[in-house]
Amino acid sequence: MAPTKEGLSPMCGIVGLHLRDPGLYPQLGRLMVSMLDGVAERGPDSAGVAVYGDTRRVPEGHAAVSVLLPPDADTGGLDAVVTRAGDTTVVAAPTGLDELVARVTTAFPTALVVGTGHDLAVYKGTGHPGALAATYDLAGASGWQALAHTRMATESAVTPEGCHPFSVGPDQCLVHNGSFSNHATIRRELEHAGVRFDSENDSEVGARYVASRLAQGEDLEKALLALREVFDGFYTLLVTSAEGFAVVRDPIACKPAIVAETDAWVAMASEFRGLTGLPGIESARLYEPEPGRVYAWQR
Amino acid sequence: MAALGTETITVDLASGSVRALNAELHDPSAKLYEVRNPAGAHAVAAGIDRGITVDVRGHVGYYAAGMNDGGIVTIHGNAGTGVAENMMSGTVRVTGDVSQSAGATAHGGLLVIGGSASMRCGISMKGVDIVVGGSVGPMSAFMAQAGRMVVCGDAGDGLGDSIYEARLYVRGTVGALGADCVEKEVRDEHRSELAELLAAAGLEHDVAQFRRYGSARRLYHFHSEQAGAY
Repeated sequence: MAPTKEGLSPMCGIVGLHLRDPGLYPQLGRLMVSMLDGVAERGPDSAGVAVYGDTRRVPEGHAAVSVLLPPDADTGGLDAVVTRAGDTTVVAAPTGLDELVARVTTAFPTALVVGTGHDLAVYKGTGHPGALAATYDLAGASGWQALAHTRMATESAVTPEGCHPFSVGPDQCLVHNGSFSNHATIRRELEHAGVRFDSENDSEVGARYVASRLAQGEDLEKALLALREVFDGFYTLLVTSAEGFAVVRDPIACKPAIVAETDAWVAMASEFRGLTGLPGIESARLYEPEPGRVYAWQR
Repeated sequence: MAALGTETITVDLASGSVRALNAELHDPSAKLYEVRNPAGAHAVAAGIDRGITVDVRGHVGYYAAGMNDGGIVTIHGNAGTGVAENMMSGTVRVTGDVSQSAGATAHGGLLVIGGSASMRCGISMKGVDIVVGGSVGPMSAFMAQAGRMVVCGDAGDGLGDSIYEARLYVRGTVGALGADCVEKEVRDEHRSELAELLAAAGLEHDVAQFRRYGSARRLYHFHSEQAGAY
């Protein structure tokens, strides 16, 4: 997917939810459905979702690989917990993560892996976000953190591969509203350092950059502070990892973002409609992230 | 035109559509409206063209009370991008915070924001009066052409960048001023209009605490000595 230059029009939606109150874990999926619905109008073409801690899909002690497979792919030989959800298949097994990735990519050499980790399931597909939530059985998901992106394609084809989030490191996800203008330069530098890319997408460069910083031992906040210094362009980013949840906007901050916090949760959305279904939203602390400032929450 | 009813008409957006609400407000049967459960909907109470009163209970999305021409609209909550954008006349009040581009391109009327405004408040304002009880974000009053803006808190970087003839009053701190925006002397006529604006907004502050900012007029006048550059 080429950079999507959406200007100031309300295109593409981001939502994310980080639960502080474990009592809400069983409701994570149901809450995400309402958030996704709130930003469906911003991106009716396709939607991607990432869920952390949904033991239906990724049982305790399992590694998980999310992969785009054709509907007729035979997953019987994988010897794993396999969940088919439209274009996405989540494969989980009580093995090492590298071993499971190797098993999946050996069985399906041309398939695109869209997420890996010990806690993470990533779903991608095309169609209306409401219909995709049903395909993913999002309402039935439990967990402690999730994020989603709805896409209104402006410059490239609507495909599952073009969906956010970009998950390029273990248990890491990035969703991006906007476009990076110097991504080609940063891509070359990362490629020189040995980083491999799946697509020509500018947002993938952001995800690979963050992953490379996290791999060097930085936390989300430090990685996004570094990103802010290096990347030029329009962006509101929501980045998640096994540790937490972070938001950053470019210094001009054309792309919208609103954060809501209560004692029970932290949520971020492109606009308030994405937050209206959250418990206690009436008394939540609501604010817009300031331009160029990194906001991070640890688990 | 038939006389408007004096009873308040209540519209619940949990069950009704914004389109139906706005159609009613454009051809009103009453003077007073109350809107419930806006839930962040866009374009709530946009396009009012007469002196009706609308109270919106809850947070609204983009372009609330946009193009207002004479209406008295109060949003009891927060507002998203572009509240009261291109207002012509009337009054729009927001009790909470507003997102970016509040009062963008507005030609007249009064916009009162009880909380704070984020970036680009009053961008390209063309005659509106904007009074903000809290602070405004970066690049506020960008290319402001006419009207007055009063900020009781602080203003972010780039205030008044490329400003024409609007007058800006800020009580707190101001980040880096925008191109061609300078601090100016506060004279009696300015203290007087500032007091009027604060009173209209229902805010009480000592006018002596405000500083005035406006255009240095270096940017939009063509200097003949620069002719050689063209």
